[in-house]
Amino acid sequence: MTLLSFCQWLAETEWSIALHESFYMYPLIESTHVLALFLFAGTIVMVDLRLLGFAFRDVPVSEINARILPWTVAGAFVMVLTGVLLFYAIPVRTYQSLWFRFKVVFLLVAAFNVWRFHRRVQKSRVSWDSDERPPRSARVSGAVSLSMWAGVIVFGRMIAYNWFDCDRPQSDFVYWLSGCIVELADA
Amino acid sequence: MSLLDFFESLEQSGIGLLIRESLWLFPAVEAVHLLGLSVLGGSLLMVDLRLFGVGIRSRTPEQLVRTVRPWLVGSILIMIATGVPLFLSEAVKCYYSYSFWVKMSALGAGLLYTFLIKHPVIRSGAGAGVQAVIGVLSLAIWLTVAGAGRWIGFS
Repeated sequence: MTLLSFCQWLAETEWSIALHESFYMYPLIESTHVLALFLFAGTIVMVDLRLLGFAFRDVPVSEINARILPWTVAGAFVMVLTGVLLFYAIPVRTYQSLWFRFKVVFLLVAAFNVWRFHRRVQKSRVSWDSDERPPRSARVSGAVSLSMWAGVIVFGRMIAYNWFDCDRPQSDFVYWLSGCIVELADA
Repeated sequence: MSLLDFFESLEQSGIGLLIRESLWLFPAVEAVHLLGLSVLGGSLLMVDLRLFGVGIRSRTPEQLVRTVRPWLVGSILIMIATGVPLFLSEAVKCYYSYSFWVKMSALGAGLLYTFLIKHPVIRSGAGAGVQAVIGVLSLAIWLTVAGAGRWIGFS
């Protein structure tokens, strides 16, 4: 089974159709997804500003991590839950959305950056925990995080726009990137 | 001239027309609006969490207010600088949108509350109970601004 046929199967399920056609549920889930930016992206930005040495310079990095990152995790939980529901409501179009694909790529890089920061960069933290300006490796982690999550937010917003949808005439390159089935699109 | 006439003339203004006639400008400006929202949310939460007794406990709420001030004020300025053009491009729709008026009222309340009540109360060294109430109100007002703002798009 391909991912596309899985999405096609998802789209036929009772709950997916109900969510798609709901008058209030979909906008409510979507709004929760956006409002959770406060918690999720907001806390990420603050931790990154500390890593870059732009804010909270007198607070040890370990304290920011310990006191703020649990809130980021809580925000991530809300994001994933509402995000999965949003995908579930409109599976095929979202799967074939160029913007969604960009978002996933940025999301993966951002996740890798998180993993790398915790497994690698932080190994030497004791030696720079209270530095007003952390070492280059930590600053790079913060900068990568800020730019990748900014991309995730921007591309996520763009999913709503249908410029590159498969049911509109596109270049072969866009068809390929979006995983469009040309025969389906022409039909 | 009625308020509606005024909103109609705003929509016909240079910036309003420029955005409405462009395919990309509205989404692009809106995306920056969302990035600003993230910085605003973080700036508010760093203080509000501390008011609940969690967050950066080695610093007083007053110290945190001072630390986040440039980011708070900067993000509010970004929100206004992107929000005004978005409004201008669909002023008449906003005029008829209940969400728009809720948002603008909450925004006014949020700005007055943050700078004229929340920060002064924090500076006055209020007790834990008062701090918690101050923090809850802050989040409630600003989430209303964000939620009603999002809902403009659904109306």
